[in-house]
Amino acid sequence: MRVLSLHVNGDRVELAAPDHWTLLEVLRYRLGLTGSKQGCDKGDCGACTVLVEGQPVLGCLTLAASCGEKPITTIEGLMPAHLAAGGTGPDPVQAAFDRCGALQCGFCQPGMILSARALLNRNAQPTRPEIRAALSGNLCRCTGYTQIVQAIELAIAESLGVEPCAPAWAPGTNPWKLAAPAEPGA
Amino acid sequence: MLRLPQFELAQPRTLDEACALLVEHGEEAQLVAGGTDLVPNMKHELFTPKVVISLAKVAELRGVRQEADGALVLGALTTLEALAQDERVRARAPALAQAAGLVAGPQLRRMGTLGGNVMLDTRCQWYNQTYFWRQALGFCLKKDGSACHVVAGGAKCVAAASNDTAPALLSLDAELVFHGPAGARRIAIDALYSADGIYNKTVRGEILVEVRVPATPAGHRGAYGKLRERGSIDFPLLGIAARLDLSADGTVASAALCAVALQARPLRLKKAAEVLLGTRPGTADFEAALQEAGALAQKQCHPLDNIPGDADYRREMVPVYVRRTLLAAAEGSGPVHHV
Ligand SMILES: Cc1cc2nc3c(=O)[nH]c(=O)nc-3n(C[C@H](O)[C@H](O)[C@H](O)COP(=O)(O)OP(=O)(O)OC[C@H]3O[C@@H](n4cnc5c(N)ncnc54)[C@H](O)[C@@H]3O)c2cc1C
Ligand code: FES
Ligand code: FES
Repeated sequence: MRVLSLHVNGDRVELAAPDHWTLLEVLRYRLGLTGSKQGCDKGDCGACTVLVEGQPVLGCLTLAASCGEKPITTIEGLMPAHLAAGGTGPDPVQAAFDRCGALQCGFCQPGMILSARALLNRNAQPTRPEIRAALSGNLCRCTGYTQIVQAIELAIAESLGVEPCAPAWAPGTNPWKLAAPAEPGA
Repeated sequence: MLRLPQFELAQPRTLDEACALLVEHGEEAQLVAGGTDLVPNMKHELFTPKVVISLAKVAELRGVRQEADGALVLGALTTLEALAQDERVRARAPALAQAAGLVAGPQLRRMGTLGGNVMLDTRCQWYNQTYFWRQALGFCLKKDGSACHVVAGGAKCVAAASNDTAPALLSLDAELVFHGPAGARRIAIDALYSADGIYNKTVRGEILVEVRVPATPAGHRGAYGKLRERGSIDFPLLGIAARLDLSADGTVASAALCAVALQARPLRLKKAAEVLLGTRPGTADFEAALQEAGALAQKQCHPLDNIPGDADYRREMVPVYVRRTLLAAAEGSGPVHHV
């Protein structure tokens, strides 16, 4: 058992945990941050993805005692970070997942969103192959991925103020208007 | 939910401290770098060390540098992501950069290190399982048991070398610098691996400090080909590293072909590589040599049914991947990765 001083979602937290606990276990069972999911628990699925120093890593294979002071972001920290940066509402990637219906059971979603957020932070205009590559360590057993990629493309389009490109499954259409307020009388 | 067995974590800051801890704890210690191999293996109770010595804070294991003669010195802690993106590695040792870029998925490449990849444990369907699963079968030769479930009556463990960088490093004639109680020593990568699936290395109780890739000539071409079921995450079902050093007139002056995921040690396919000597990419001779190299490689490769992917299919893929990877090397393209 040792006392860890972690830097989670902008807060300093002190907690006691044994050396053999993973970061995922500490987040979920010491800090109550159950947004990070415990899927395979052995590196296969990406459900436990969190950002350490802004980059996606797997919480289930990271020893909590090795994290030191490095800043850690979980899904719970995204919206507060967005608000603190002057935004309104949830992180635009979260909002786009919501609008595109980019989930079914939702188990993969925190990891997917964090991988996507890290991608957009290092490259504001990734191509579709770059999006797919950045998400290739996150498995989804429900959606078939199409809406997930679409959601990220929607978030990109909105950040640039342009119309999103047509979804892969319906070329030539545009189901999502820009995030304008509800139309009058609608 | 897979819990880790209990251990104490030591986080030395220098190589000497790390070595002293290794000596102090001996068999009860395990080294860990990125943890992407050791942590799942500990969760499966394949290793239950009392002390885990993390190398992550040891500064001497960090960094990539190029020596005056063009040799690359790659610190053991270099992540696979950094290796895949490093311009010097991509230019001087393209097969290595490509192999590193195809390991696992993005999160694992960011966590996993070159040292951990070189020292990766061998893999087998009967071994990389939970304690409960393995116990139900009465365990196996590699861990806790006495029978091999792959080769009936087999007395020798055949778990497969599955590290993507190994064939690339073999093709580049890399050297490894280890640090142990007796000080530092340098060995050729060919001397590291043995054919024993239980532990396929000849070095124990020493720390890999750096990997040295000798300078490659101006005409150096290299590529890596990886067969797997999905485009990401999966270990190789077959990995082929190809090296062609072209002379000034464009003919192949030296060649190497190395393979992984076939047996306990990464293999050199010497006969297959030899047929390329003296041919010139783009000519009918070279095309014929590619065919012959594929056929010779297939003769030498005998995959077993102990990792995912049907063994017969993997064997049929050997000539295909040998030809395509050699062609990619000749063209200066790659990796070869058809999924
Ligand atoms: C889902 C999944 C998919 C994967 N896919 C692939 C794949 O496609 N290809 C592939 O090659 N690997 C794959 N891996 C394995 C692993 O991610 C990589 O091989 C990685 O490079 C291991 O490095 P590490 O630093 O995490 O190793 P660790 O787990 O830290 O260590 C691995 C072994 O090496 C020893 N070790 C580490 N560093 C040193 C050192 N400096 N000196 C001496 N011994 C040392 C450790 O004691 C341990 O026995 C996969 C892993 C997972 C979980
Ligand atoms: S829970 Fe960590 S990768 Fe599946
Ligand atoms: S929505 Fe169920 S796993 Fe992705």
